[in-house]
Amino acid sequence: MVLLQRPHILLLLIDTHQFLQCWIAFGSANEEGQQQEEFSEELLVKPLPDHKLLAHFHFQSSAPPSTSNGCHHHLFPKAISQLVQKFRVKEMELSFTQGRWNYESWGGFDPISSSNAKPPGVELWAVFDVPQHHIDASWKNLTHTLSGLFCASINFLESTATYSTPEWSFPPASGNVRYGTFPCEAVCTENLTPWLRLLPCRDKAGIALLLDRPSLYRGFYHSQRLHLTSTESSSEGIDSGIILEQTLTVVLQPNSERAIEVHASEKHVQPSWSLSSIFGKQVSGRCVLAKSSSVYLLLDRGLVAELKFPNKENGKSAANGLTSENFWSNPSFELSVNPDRIFLEESSSHSKSLSILYMFQVEKYSESEPFDIGLMWKVPVAWLCQQTPLHASRFLMGSGNERGAIAISLKSTQFTEGFMSANSKDGSCELRVDVFQVVPWYVKVYFHSLRVFVDQQPRAVSDFIEKIHVSPSKDKMSPGVMEVVLKLPCRVNTAALTIEFDKGFLRIDEYPPDANQGFDIPSAIISFPNFHASMVFLEDDSLNRSPLLSKFQDKCPVMSYTEVLLVPLTTPDFSMPYNVSTIKCTVFALYFGSLLNVLQRRVAEEERFLKAKAAKKTGRLPLLLSKLSAKLRGRRREPLHSPPSSSSFINSKLVLKVILVAGLAVGWQYFFS
Amino acid sequence: MEKLKKKIRSFSFWNWVIASIIFRLILIYFPKNLNLSSRPEVSTPLTSFRRLAEGYWLKQSSMSSYAGSMYHGSPLLLSLLGPLTVKRIEGQPNHLLYSLVSVIADVVSAMLIRATGQNLRLAYLRGLESLDLVKQIDVSEFLFSGDIAALIYLCNPFTIVACVGLSTSPIENMAVILCLYGACSRLIPLAAFGWVIATHLSLYPAILIIPVIFLLGCGPDSPPRKLFLQRHQQKEVLNQSKLPPGFSWGPIIHFAFWAFLWSVYVLVLCGISLKQFGGLWEMFKSTYGFILTVEDLSPNIGVLWYFFAEVFEFFRNFFLIVFHVNILFMILPLAIRLRHRPCYLAFVYVAICSMLKSYPSVGDSALYLGLLGWFVNELADMQFSLFLFCGYVGVSLLSPVMHNLWIWRGTGNANFYFTTAMVYACLQIVLVVEGVSAVLNHDRKLRIRITGKPQDAKS
Repeated sequence: MVLLQRPHILLLLIDTHQFLQCWIAFGSANEEGQQQEEFSEELLVKPLPDHKLLAHFHFQSSAPPSTSNGCHHHLFPKAISQLVQKFRVKEMELSFTQGRWNYESWGGFDPISSSNAKPPGVELWAVFDVPQHHIDASWKNLTHTLSGLFCASINFLESTATYSTPEWSFPPASGNVRYGTFPCEAVCTENLTPWLRLLPCRDKAGIALLLDRPSLYRGFYHSQRLHLTSTESSSEGIDSGIILEQTLTVVLQPNSERAIEVHASEKHVQPSWSLSSIFGKQVSGRCVLAKSSSVYLLLDRGLVAELKFPNKENGKSAANGLTSENFWSNPSFELSVNPDRIFLEESSSHSKSLSILYMFQVEKYSESEPFDIGLMWKVPVAWLCQQTPLHASRFLMGSGNERGAIAISLKSTQFTEGFMSANSKDGSCELRVDVFQVVPWYVKVYFHSLRVFVDQQPRAVSDFIEKIHVSPSKDKMSPGVMEVVLKLPCRVNTAALTIEFDKGFLRIDEYPPDANQGFDIPSAIISFPNFHASMVFLEDDSLNRSPLLSKFQDKCPVMSYTEVLLVPLTTPDFSMPYNVSTIKCTVFALYFGSLLNVLQRRVAEEERFLKAKAAKKTGRLPLLLSKLSAKLRGRRREPLHSPPSSSSFINSKLVLKVILVAGLAVGWQYFFS
Repeated sequence: MEKLKKKIRSFSFWNWVIASIIFRLILIYFPKNLNLSSRPEVSTPLTSFRRLAEGYWLKQSSMSSYAGSMYHGSPLLLSLLGPLTVKRIEGQPNHLLYSLVSVIADVVSAMLIRATGQNLRLAYLRGLESLDLVKQIDVSEFLFSGDIAALIYLCNPFTIVACVGLSTSPIENMAVILCLYGACSRLIPLAAFGWVIATHLSLYPAILIIPVIFLLGCGPDSPPRKLFLQRHQQKEVLNQSKLPPGFSWGPIIHFAFWAFLWSVYVLVLCGISLKQFGGLWEMFKSTYGFILTVEDLSPNIGVLWYFFAEVFEFFRNFFLIVFHVNILFMILPLAIRLRHRPCYLAFVYVAICSMLKSYPSVGDSALYLGLLGWFVNELADMQFSLFLFCGYVGVSLLSPVMHNLWIWRGTGNANFYFTTAMVYACLQIVLVVEGVSAVLNHDRKLRIRITGKPQDAKS
């Protein structure tokens, strides 16, 4: 008994020791104060030029390095931290999107659009901190885990034919990146609920309370994103733990019937809105676990330029007059709530006007006095959002189900015109464009057929393509990846890349249930690495900076996604497997049988000759006997050909056969064991 | 008189050759090659020009040409023909040089066919002479099978389409014909070279080693050896000089030596060109492996693509084995029955391969139809020849129509096209079976003439 009990005691000792260690570590972390888990919630609202409204929810949770607090988490979702630890994810981004970001009217040159405009469906990329040969296994496990976490078919990204390894054109340039998209995923509330479960207050309190499903999914564009950065496993650098950034971007149409009633005649007046009219809910206080909880209203550069603020001529004086009331008592619009603070953008080089940010603290409001901002437009305003240097679109060429071509066309926007005029002094101005295109294997791209058209003239490929990296597709193994760096002159009006492809033919069980709907080619990513979308707002206290605003300050390259293409592939007749097999095998039998028949057919003469030969050997008497017996029994003369005297010969033959079969069996066994 | 006749004959022969070359050149100058290079009948994944160009592009951008599943041909072909895919001459069609190479390959093949045909005809006449049948059969009635075969090969629309459609099958066909020519005229190094190159390019000609061995061992086609023995028994004179030579192993060992030498040479060349990439193993995997596993299911004039697109996954390996073994199964019976006619054996093998191969194209049919011309005298009594001719014409007209209906218009479905492929396969089967049967009957008739017992022949 004693012997049996001893290990238990030992185990108990070890357990308590570990627990104590854990607890001590946790306590010390708490004492340090700096390294606490933090959560902040923010909402940014921005009116868009085409009478729509952008709402951008930004939730950020951060966890200190796990060495300091062991395995416990106050606010940080445990599932995510386990995922990071298990698969050693360095950086990861997962987005679920429905609808297409309208780059022309919603802009593409600001931090929100360049990091939150995502391709339809699911997009996932991840950077791993594991040795090269383990990355694919980690990716596979990660897709399965995420698919379980978010109730989505991310697990389809597991097969090597669906994800790719971008070499250098994808922003977090590193060899350990894996990138996969699944454009046909239907994003819905079942994906949103698990996403909200990662928030400490879920959607029960704080800003997340606004996330009313019917009004969200009524929108034109809806993209939920989860960005994960972990510096935990890196050996060098500052250990900042895991930062989980969850954003939800929606573009909604403020359906203010009141506005329509009043301004029915004036179509140009922007619809007035309030949070409660858009979402049907109000914010009743903050999430108590959140460190900061604020709502921002962003007025675009273009809009600010149109609005003619009294002292917008010089930014310095505007910064001085922050407290003055002239920023919200504007002749053209009216805010229902007075903002707590106003930020002005720091003047940047390539824009004439500056954007304005109104900040509202949610802490002041409570259940009895819920927070609800509204914006009432008084006069019609029309402006343009700042666009990407070149507007990218992609389309298919050709007809029929045999071959086709993909064309990526780039058109200059009003931005390039301004940029060109700014840089026109030095003649050799160049615009660098990175194109990253993944094509599934059944679209068999001929990379040698890449053509470049600049200003609608076919040009030599080497003149404009500075760098190209291609990894051709392998059937059922890997997709084709094309990374191109284009150097275009700034004066370019249009540029186009075309590339030809053959459509593949799949086996019947590789077709999805709705085979005639077609197959998706994922969006191409067009990025402009020389341009960075960032907004730096003048702030007094850099210590208490909001995560959203610091995110805006990051220099992220301007990126845009092209359309998803739908390629119809030829389908075989799905009802034919048995027919095809039987018909084919019949034809083979016909071939085999008739040819063998022709080959072994002998004429009567030869037979007689052979028989005569045999008769000579056997002698006269047996022949006579056989003839006699044949006459007696009809036509059976064969038995005589195997006289009983040759039994020993037969035996040896039999033994040989048995040995042969046994040898074959042994060989078979040996070969397959 | 005889001389004049011959002159006229050869004059008209050259006329036809020049006419067919001019016709090819005219077609080459058509814009975009009449889109022939992307027709499924012309370009299979193995012979497609666009895939060759893609492989060359990958090679030029310092990647393995077998990266991705585009190119499945030989690396040697890539080094030889690759530069021609990008070379352009101002004011001329895009792929003029490449097309000219195809035309030259066709003409060379035709000339080799002609030479071999003449060789065969002489051997045949010699056989008849030694059987003392020359007087019974009017020799002047004998057609010049070499000329006919060469003209069939040159003027066959299948050959023209394969040549203008920029596929690599003219080159592959030339290698096969080179092998047979070398074996017929006892140029053993040439025969070995042809055999090694043909096998390297498309794997299936490997089985031609059996007819080549027979050709080298006992000379070109002749009536069965048994007939000579019977003849001499009958006449009670044993004139050894008139007997055809027996089987001799000398040339075969010679051939084996040369074949080994050439294959080592080819493998070393391939190894050098693939050194920095996957090496020879990658080459075998994406050429022979691709042929044997039927990975590409794009439609062609064969029947395997639809079968493997439809068949259940767990039966796939079984049927792969069955269909490939079908080719091998027939080798032995045919070799036993037709061992005295090695060239005809080679023709039957080529026909069977082009019928059962994974990615057949009209270029393969062009080859065996050309070789068929060698045996016009033996096959004079073949059955169903009109039916076969009409069938070939009908299928080659209907097949593009069905393809268009299915792929381009979307009004038909895959079964339409598959039906024409099925009919085509049946026609080839009938051709092979009837051809073999006609040759065997021909031999029987010779025997009847010798033994003079026509009442015994019943077949």
